[in-house]
Parts: sequence; structure tokens; C-alpha cells
Amino acid sequence: MSDLPTAEEMLSGLKYRPPSTDWMDVPAEIRKGIACYAGNPKSLEVLGFPNPRTWSCFDDDWQLPENWQEIIHEGFKERLEKFRSFKVFMDICVRCGACADKCHYFIGTGDPKNMPVLRAELLRSVYRNDFTRVGKLLGKINGARPMNYEVLKEWWSYLFQCSECRRCSLYCPYGIDTAEITIMGRELLNLLGLNIDWIITPVANCYRTGNHLGIQPHAFKDMLDFFCDDIEEITGIRPDPQFNKKGADILFVTPSGDVFADPGTFTAMGYLMLFHFLQEKYGLDVTWSTYASEGGNFGLFTSHETMKRLNAKMYAEARRLGVKWILGGECGHMWRVIHQYMDTMNGPADFLQMPVNPITGTAFKNAASTKMVHITEFTADLIKHGKLDLDPSRNDHLKVTFHDSCNPARGMGLFDEPRYVIKQTCKHFYDMPANAIREQTFCCGSGSGLNAGEDMELRMAGGLPRANAVKHVHDKHGVNMLACVCAIDRAVLPDLMSYWVPDVDVTGVHELVGNALNLPGQSDRTMNLRSEELADLQGTAEDTEDETDEEK
Amino acid sequence: MNKRYLLSLIAVIVLFLISYLGVEAVPGSKWLFGIVIPYAALIVFVAGFIRRLLTWSRSAVPFAIPTTGGQQKTLSWIKPNAIDNPSSKGAVFVRMLLEIVTFRSLFRNSRMKLREGKISYQLEIFLWVGALAFHYAFFTVLFRHLRFFTDPIPLPVRLVEDLDSFFRMEILQDFIQIGVPGVYLSGLVLLAAVTYLFLRRIFIRNVNYISLASDYFPLFLIFGIAFTGIMMRYVLKIDVTAAKQLAMGLVTFRPNIPQNVSSIFFVHLFFVSILLAYFPFSKLMHLGGIFFSPTRNMRADTRAVRHVNPWNYPVKVHTYEEYEDDFRDKMIEAGLPVDKMPEPQEAAAEEEEEPAAPPQEPPADAADAAAEPEEKE
Amino acid sequence: MKKSKGVIIGIIIFLAVVTFPFLYNRGKAAPVPELVLTETAKAAQQCVRSKDYMQREHMKILDLWRHTVVRSGERVYVNPQGKEFNMSLSNTCLDCHSNKAEFCDRCHDYASVRPYCWDCHIDNPKESK
Repeated sequence: MSDLPTAEEMLSGLKYRPPSTDWMDVPAEIRKGIACYAGNPKSLEVLGFPNPRTWSCFDDDWQLPENWQEIIHEGFKERLEKFRSFKVFMDICVRCGACADKCHYFIGTGDPKNMPVLRAELLRSVYRNDFTRVGKLLGKINGARPMNYEVLKEWWSYLFQCSECRRCSLYCPYGIDTAEITIMGRELLNLLGLNIDWIITPVANCYRTGNHLGIQPHAFKDMLDFFCDDIEEITGIRPDPQFNKKGADILFVTPSGDVFADPGTFTAMGYLMLFHFLQEKYGLDVTWSTYASEGGNFGLFTSHETMKRLNAKMYAEARRLGVKWILGGECGHMWRVIHQYMDTMNGPADFLQMPVNPITGTAFKNAASTKMVHITEFTADLIKHGKLDLDPSRNDHLKVTFHDSCNPARGMGLFDEPRYVIKQTCKHFYDMPANAIREQTFCCGSGSGLNAGEDMELRMAGGLPRANAVKHVHDKHGVNMLACVCAIDRAVLPDLMSYWVPDVDVTGVHELVGNALNLPGQSDRTMNLRSEELADLQGTAEDTEDETDEEK
Repeated sequence: MNKRYLLSLIAVIVLFLISYLGVEAVPGSKWLFGIVIPYAALIVFVAGFIRRLLTWSRSAVPFAIPTTGGQQKTLSWIKPNAIDNPSSKGAVFVRMLLEIVTFRSLFRNSRMKLREGKISYQLEIFLWVGALAFHYAFFTVLFRHLRFFTDPIPLPVRLVEDLDSFFRMEILQDFIQIGVPGVYLSGLVLLAAVTYLFLRRIFIRNVNYISLASDYFPLFLIFGIAFTGIMMRYVLKIDVTAAKQLAMGLVTFRPNIPQNVSSIFFVHLFFVSILLAYFPFSKLMHLGGIFFSPTRNMRADTRAVRHVNPWNYPVKVHTYEEYEDDFRDKMIEAGLPVDKMPEPQEAAAEEEEEPAAPPQEPPADAADAAAEPEEKE
Repeated sequence: MKKSKGVIIGIIIFLAVVTFPFLYNRGKAAPVPELVLTETAKAAQQCVRSKDYMQREHMKILDLWRHTVVRSGERVYVNPQGKEFNMSLSNTCLDCHSNKAEFCDRCHDYASVRPYCWDCHIDNPKESK
């Protein structure tokens, strides 16, 4: 980490000049700061994955099975038949280059192989050689090459420099989705036991203990109890969350990251307050689960099969507890899985009911089959119907902007719900420029399991476009709070902000809700959920406001 | 990098020489270039194209993975973006139509600029304009050519011709005379667009870096086709009736080679044949591929309607029962409900099972340990 | 699979487009236009230039003639054989080829060429001197 260049160094080192050598002749450089550490063999064993062994990506020998080329070839072939997306995307790219500067990793690193088109060509080159006659005939001049160790290392390096954010697919005239290609590539790598520890260990944890962080059931309950202590201290009211409760109305599933680390914890407190409020006021019966205690699904970053294995818990638990429907917390890739995969993989969820908000009577017809509702859809509906008692003035010191997380943006289309909730709970909201929000949003730079510590340079580089847009509204409107609906965002954006835009803090949307929400019978609220004195915050906010006014 | 386009250029020059010298030097080769090769090329094109479509259709569509480019349809009071986040078949149709007819995604294109630590994104419309110009010009040219393949000539073809030659351009100098017959705009636009698409591959660094021989080859070939076409019409002047006679012979299966056909016509025809035969095996198949793109052609109502995966298979999961077995005691201690309360005997029995397959001569302490639970009881 | 219906429709559309010229003509090629020469034309034996040249380049000659007459006021064209002609569509060309329908139109219709000559020069009128 000490090797991390300063923000100035990183910016001045940015060149968008490809080398003069042909890209096939430039070997991948697997270096510290960019690469993530190799997967722990114990985690592979838990999951029954092939080739568990202690290895390092910095070694020359990756200890592959002898017939690894054959495994890749067969795996490639199988996936071409199983996934039309993969097959078509291998065939139809015209290399127009429209995607090139849409990738945050390309913008942040200037490495030409981070252009989505070239990332895909890493696989396409092998595809042409192995599966097309013309490609094999013309060879390298036509972009075909046989699979070898160098190519494999290049795959590994660049498939773990893609956060599967799908921004490129938005601009591609054929909708070629690099996320899809990265997913397939990582599946193939996993056949050889090649993965990164930051993904595979959470997967193993999630598989066994129910969540990525390996929090065991009693500890999970303890952690939420701590939050309840804090809430009691701040509001005078102690929520009483229910766990694994059979016959509850709603099962609530959220990423475990929010139970574990700031500032996600404040969002978890927001949920607790909201559910407490709804229970007190309307008798809504929500339960948490320690078994399905993970909304996130790092299986998505491993393989379709793993994704399914981890995701199965949500429906299984909903069935076991006999709830009516499932409510999902703020998370990015979790919602890609729920919105586009869960029902197909582990459905049909015919044991659940069409999700209806019993308080407002709103039927979430958009979730009629999957039977899982996003918490901002739920909260927005409550606010719209005037069912929450909100005092947004406790958020007056905040000037908020909103970071659309990639997956809810381009894999779902969740844009106006969180914005509505923010605007109803905060007075000052400023959107970032159009090129960096909504469907055009930029990744936090650490998505798809790349939020490790050892690849900090990559993360800071990849987050540059996002940070730059935040800086814009920070400079222009004095924005001091970056809201998001994703646990990975909450885990990584604070680092990113302190690197590029030091004066901006990060919050989940339901932290804002929690701060604004009046609990029945609460004491005088002088602190926010972060236990900061509101009076102090208001003072500093006014100071900065004056400053910006003077500047004008 | 230069090697890649030079090789493509050389390939097209060789193709030119083959056809030109072949027709000029080898008697009887006009049958080959005028009849055999075009028929063969067409067969390869049709069969190859359909085969490719079938190959794609044979691959499964396990998940609905549309790229959502706008607000989803959720609460009644939130306005959904029907086209970019299509939740109905009709909306998907509109999305696909706009994609195919107007290159809508490409229209979003922007160019990133990093200046003094600030990143800006400017509208980058040239690629979109160039691509649109290229495709529409190509289509118009193709459509116009129906005049050589039909009799009587359908009205729409004549209308397009008139429209295409709407601008009357004439250059009449001692050394050059262009303008009769009327100049078709589409041919010139096609030539210009191909040139632009080529130049951007040469001069835009990143595009140059990613370009393959198979990106340059079709550009050169299409340039060759457009160029020979324009030469025939305005400069070298071929006998257009003879050309039509040959074309009509082909499409009515009465192939014949009229006498008055110039060599350049055979070059033109040969280039077209090569393009047709090359088409199904190249990136040009994006023409068919766009229709198969799952990120564009699928409905985004994935939570409302279940998509079925044809190869969905059961996977090994960690069940709640296994989970509870792992953590039952801790759960009970923390006051969490459990499905199966451990009965004391059962717990003892389980523990007894632990040292399974005891060694032949159990050491004394092991026997003690086994006896312990009994004592506890 | 559900999707295959769409694929079949797609293939049918593709085939229909590609084979349109074949289907449209139903195997019958229109006869290659045969030009009828008037008695005057036959008698003249030789046009201003060779038959082959005229077939391909008559439009250029006409364009040149118009230009020369209108811009320069010259009316005499000398062909490579040294023979002189009055540069006039009506008086020279149409003098022999007075049968527009059987001479000019046949090829023009066949190849879908619609020259604008006739916009001004109505059918075979004699220019009054």
C-alpha cells in the first residue's frame, strides 16, 4: 500500500498511448498494486472446486493440471453452446472502438488491454484459433492465436481488471457485454483453480456460514444488537429485530458488509429503525435470517453454478420460514442476481405470494414472479403514501449526490426510486453530470470482487472517473456526501474519496432515511446515526456554505 | 500494425489482378468470372449465412440479461423508460428497430478527454454519422442495382434512382467529363464513408491498435467495389445493356456472356462475389448477429415474468439443516430459534460416534473419553 | 425452444430478400432490346462515331455538343475520320433516329435510364431555321 502513487502522480502518469508493438506481443505484466492474491486452497476445498493448492500469481509456475489446455478448450466449447450471448459476442464484434474509452479501468490506467474490445479479443483470439476455420487459417494476422501459458496469464490479469459493470455494453452498437465475456472467462479460469482470494474465500464463507464475512449466527445477532444499542442511545428507542422467525410477513436479506463495517453499519441501523417504525405503527412483521444472511453473491464473479449455489439460500429460507415475500437491501451485484438470475435459477417461487405492501396496499407487479422487492422501491412507496414520519432537517448539513451502482443501473434500471427517497429525506441534492450517472454511471472501481486491499492502485485508478464526477459537484455545489445503494460502494468509496476528493463522505440511502425518520416515543434527537452532534455538523455546514458563497 | 492493412490491401490488389488479367488473358475465363464464380459465391453466402444463424440459434439463452438503459417499470408513479428498459414485446421491437435503423447505441458515443486533472466527455458523433452514411449508402447502392436484375423494373427502384440522382452534378472539362449519366449520390457517399472508416483505423491510435487484417480487408474490398462501379458508370463507360443482359441471365438461370462486356465489369463482379463468399465467415455477420444479441432483444421484465433456462440443473447447496447442524449450539445459546432441538441422548450418541473405527487396541485414555459422557449422564 | 420461431421467420425473410431477383423474374429474362434502324439511318451506314463507341459514349457526345453549342456557339463537329456534322440533337441525331420509341427508349427502358434530353427536345421535331 505504501507503493500506492499519490493522486497527482497517478494523474500525471496517465497516457492513452498504446505501445507500438502488436498487442499480442505485449505480455501481461502481473504486478503488485494491480493484481489480487490467489485463492486460498481451503476455500476451494469447501466448495469442491478443482485444483486446490497454494499458489501465487507472481510465480512463474501456477501449478496447473497437465491437460489444462484441453480443459479450457472443452470448457470454452461447452459455454459456446450453453450461452448464446457468448457465442454471438465472439462472432460479431467489428472493433469499431466505441467502447474503448467507456471503461473506467481504461480511463484510469490507460492500459490498452483495458479497452473492453481488447479484453474481449483476449478470448476471441483463442476462439478464432480453436473454433473457426478461417481464423486458424489466417492465424495471427487475423487475430487468432493458440492458448498458451502467456495467454492464460493475460486472461487472468485482465479478467480481474474488469468489474462486470456493463458500461461498454450500453454503447456497443450490438450490445456486446464485456461483463458476459468476463463471467465466461472467469468460469474457465476456475476450471483450472485460478481465482482470487478476495472472491473465492467470501464465496466459501457464504456457502458455509451464510454470508461472505463468515459471521456465524450468534455473532450476526450480536452485531445487530450492537446497532440496537447505538440506536437506543441516539433515539431513546430500542428496536427489537427478529431472526429466523417462522410465519413472519417478510424476509429481509441484505449484504453482510453492512453489518460489519462503517459506513455500511449506519445503513443497517437505518433498516432496523425503519422496520421498528413499521412494526410499531403498522404491525409489519419483518424477519432477518442468519442462514440467508448475505444478499451479495460473489458467485456471480465465479461461475453461474456457484452463483446458483449461493443464491439458493434466499428461496430456501423464505420457504422454510413461510414468509409472504422477500425484501432486499441496498446492494449492487446482489440485485443483478435477483433481477436477472434468481427466478430462472432457483425459481419458480410459487410458494411465495405476489409482493404487496400491506401498509399502502401497493402491489409490486414488477416483482410478480421473483417475489423480491428492492428496499428503495418499498421505502419510496411508503413515503409517497405518507406512511413515514420524516424530519429531513436532521440531514440539512448534507449536500448529497447519488452514485448509481452499475448493476442496479444497467442490469435493472433502478434510478428514480433511490433519488426519490433521497430527495424526501434530504434538502440538498445535486446530481452529477449526465455522463456519469444513471445508465451511464461509472463503477466505483472495485466491483466484481476486486475490492481487495492488495490491488489498491487498480481500485483508485478504476474509480477515477467516478471520483472526478464527484469532485465536479463538490467544487460546484459543495457536495459533501456521496449516497449509494450498494454495500461494496460503501466499503470502497470512502477510500476512493479520501484519495481523490477528501472532503466527501459516503452514505447508504437508508442511513439518510434512518436519520430523518421519527420513531414513536423517541427522545430529543441531537445526534445522527454516526453519533455525531447535529449542532456541530450544522455549524460546519454553514461555514462551508459561506465559503462557497464567497467564492462566487 | 502496418502489416495488417498492407496485407489486406495486397490481397485486394491480387484479387483485382486475378480477375482483370484472367479476363484479358485467358480465353473463356469470362464464363468463370461472369457465371461460375458469382453463382458459387451466392450459394456460399446464402448457405453460410443461414448456417451461422442456425448455429447461433442452437446456443441456448439461459438467462434474460438485457442491458437496461433507463428507468425500470416499477411503481405506478415513476415513469419508466419504455424503450431502453423494455418490459413488453412491442417495446423490445421498438428498441431493436431503432438500434438497427438508427444505430441508437452508437449515437450515445462520447469521447473522453483528460485535461488538467478533469475528465470531460464530449459528444462524438463522427463514428455514428460515418457508420450511418456507410450503411445507408451501401443499402441504396444495393437497392439501385435491382435495375440490373429485374424486368420490368419495380417502381420503388426507379424512385430511389431518381432520388439518388436528385443533385445534378456535371463536370465538363477537356480532360474530364463527369455528369452524364446522372451522378448517384450514394456511390460517392459510400466511397467517402469507406475512406473515413479506413482513415480512422489508421489515425485514431486506439482504433489502430485493435484493428485486425479482417477489419481492413472488407473496407478495401468495398472500396474496390464502389470504385470500379463509379469508374464503369462515369469514366470508362461500359455497355450497360450488356451488363444487364449478363445479370438477367444469372437471375433467370439462363446464364450467358454478352460480347460487349468490358474487363472492369468482371473485376467489379468478382469483388462482389468475394465479398459475398467472405461475408458469412467474417465480422460482417453483425448484420445477422444484432438480431441475436441478448442484451438488446430481451424483455427487461425479468422479475415479473420468469425466464426459463433450458439446461437448468440441480446444484449442490448448503442446506439449512446442514447449517443448523454446524451451529446449533451457538444458535441456541444466542437465543436464535432452531428447527431441531438436540436431545441429550442424541447428542451423546453423536459424540460417541466421533472416534469411528477405533484402533485395534484402544488406549486407556480413549476408552476413558468414550466413557465420559456416560458419566455425565 | 421458443426462440426458434423467430429464427425461422428471420431465415425466411433473409431468403426472400436474397432471392428476390430470382423470384421476381420467374425465370423469364426480358429480351435484350433490339434496335430498329430507320431507312435513313441504314442509308447513312455510319453514325458520327463507330457503333461500339456510340453505344457506350453517346451521352458524352451529346453533353459535349450541347456545351459547345450553347457556350461557344460553335456548331460543327469533326469526327476522327474528318467528317463534319452539325452539332444538333434534333437535326442530326434525330434526323436519322426519328424512331425514339424503337431506338432510344428500348435501351433506356431496359436499363432504367431516364435522360433529360426529352425534357426540352420533344419527340422528333424539326428545328426551324
